[in-house]
Amino acid sequence: MQETHIKLLANVLPHLPESIQSQILSVDEFRGETTLSIRKEGIREFISFLKNDPNFRFDVLMDLFAMDYMKYAVPQPERYAVVYYLVSLLQTRRIRIKVFLSEESPSVDSIYDIYKAANWFEREAWDLYGVNFIGHPNLIRLLCHSDFVGHPLRKDYPSDRYQRLKTAVPSEGM
Amino acid sequence: MLNTITPPDNSKYLRLNLGPSHPATHGTLRIFVDLEGEIIRDMKLEIGYLHRCFEKMAETHTWNQVIPFTDRLNYVSAMMNNVGYVMAVEKLLDVKPTPRCQRIRLILCELSRIIDHLVCIGANAVDIGALTCFWYFFRERENVYDLFEALCGARLTTSATRVGGMYQDLPEGWVEWCQKVVDNIPRTLDDVEALLTQNRIWIDRTRGVGVISKEQALEYGFTGPCLRATGIPYDVRKAMPYYDYDKFSWNVITENGGDTYARYLVRMGEMRESLKIIQQALVDIPGGSVNIDDWSIVLPPKEEVYNSIEGLMAHFKLFMHGIRPPIGEVYACTEAANGELGFFISSDNQGRPYRVRVRPPCFAIYQAFPEMSIGQTVSDAVASLGSLNIVAGELDR
Repeated sequence: MQETHIKLLANVLPHLPESIQSQILSVDEFRGETTLSIRKEGIREFISFLKNDPNFRFDVLMDLFAMDYMKYAVPQPERYAVVYYLVSLLQTRRIRIKVFLSEESPSVDSIYDIYKAANWFEREAWDLYGVNFIGHPNLIRLLCHSDFVGHPLRKDYPSDRYQRLKTAVPSEGM
Repeated sequence: MLNTITPPDNSKYLRLNLGPSHPATHGTLRIFVDLEGEIIRDMKLEIGYLHRCFEKMAETHTWNQVIPFTDRLNYVSAMMNNVGYVMAVEKLLDVKPTPRCQRIRLILCELSRIIDHLVCIGANAVDIGALTCFWYFFRERENVYDLFEALCGARLTTSATRVGGMYQDLPEGWVEWCQKVVDNIPRTLDDVEALLTQNRIWIDRTRGVGVISKEQALEYGFTGPCLRATGIPYDVRKAMPYYDYDKFSWNVITENGGDTYARYLVRMGEMRESLKIIQQALVDIPGGSVNIDDWSIVLPPKEEVYNSIEGLMAHFKLFMHGIRPPIGEVYACTEAANGELGFFISSDNQGRPYRVRVRPPCFAIYQAFPEMSIGQTVSDAVASLGSLNIVAGELDR
């Protein structure tokens, strides 16, 4: 079991600048992992702070994906969430950042220019969950066919639905 | 194959379509290149040809039924996916596998790492025109597959782990057999190193090809051999040791070139380190059971099912309702052959996962492929693609 996993922040939090600290909505600990819930408006500022601040240096965006809490047992603030998983390789620190997005307009600012890795991860989240990343240069489907209708990983998309696809060659603009 | 539709913006380039079925892609990858003569000026990638919606399927199956799906992620080293997934579920359940189980998983992981690297280097060499190494390597790979077959009945798609343990214990004589197989591998590595490492043609074809800098590798989220080939000594087995990796003596191999040749050297070195780990791990495999003693997670022994009411009930409940982990979300990562393989699991106390998210290492790596190839020839792109070890099953899920 990885005990050294994401232990972080409990004693670091008070030292964050006010503008950064005010973005944090909640801090969760589960099985030694820290999850921060962040205001949607402050995500770009928060992530670039964690990346560039010499005390943190979260140099790798390990993962970025979306969640749909529509049928979750515990009520969540909003239906959708985007989860960012940052890693500092040298200090072996890890942190999970969550942004909740409303059911009506699941959209959040893109971080493609902060981490290059975010480009495809955001396209995948758009493809599978329909989360709109504002400012993304090429937000088109990544895994599903370009003719596909809907977003397959949403909880209200039935897992046994078939779609007949007609176009053999993908459309232009990839 | 040849698509003569010229791109609208620049008519002097020739658009060439590689794949999705192409001998050099070793999987269903589709690449569009815009060529000026032989030089790649622009490259577009299209993925998703092997997308089977693993994450959606996982939500409709019980916790243990997901394990066979994980085989199909990186099918070259299926064992490691099995281990990575059950490790995440065990973390969620807050249980620790038995020492014997941990050791067996470690040995299987390292054997898988070796065969994965063998396939990668072997296929890479074939793409560049050196067919011999492939045959040498595949002989060893077959021997390792025989070991897997004796353990779990399958060679490629192993499904050998279970939440809280293994499908079954090691068969009799397996350890000695494994010892023999492992003793044989260094000779093959020596043979191939003699053929490639100082080979003028090999060096000319791989050095300076598909270069990525340290900074760019981090930006793109590289992990595994491709990251270590740029000089960053990051390895999950060292950074966050699991299954006693910290108790064995072994080194993290790094190179500084960041090119195809450096990645080749890193993989060669890693195989030798893996052999070192296996040699030490085989010596004192702990005794006892491979499964934890908790019938709400692992199946009770058959005698108990037939002869005791508790056993029968536990068996019935596991099959009808499945394991019921507590509400929560965890992320567990292992060092797979390509890099950090992470499983993020969300549970809402049901018999099925609420959400399973895989963090496939080559998804991040493949994204950087255009940047590594633009300005080089198509044949160089083929060489660097082979050295990135993109496995479509893991890339598309």
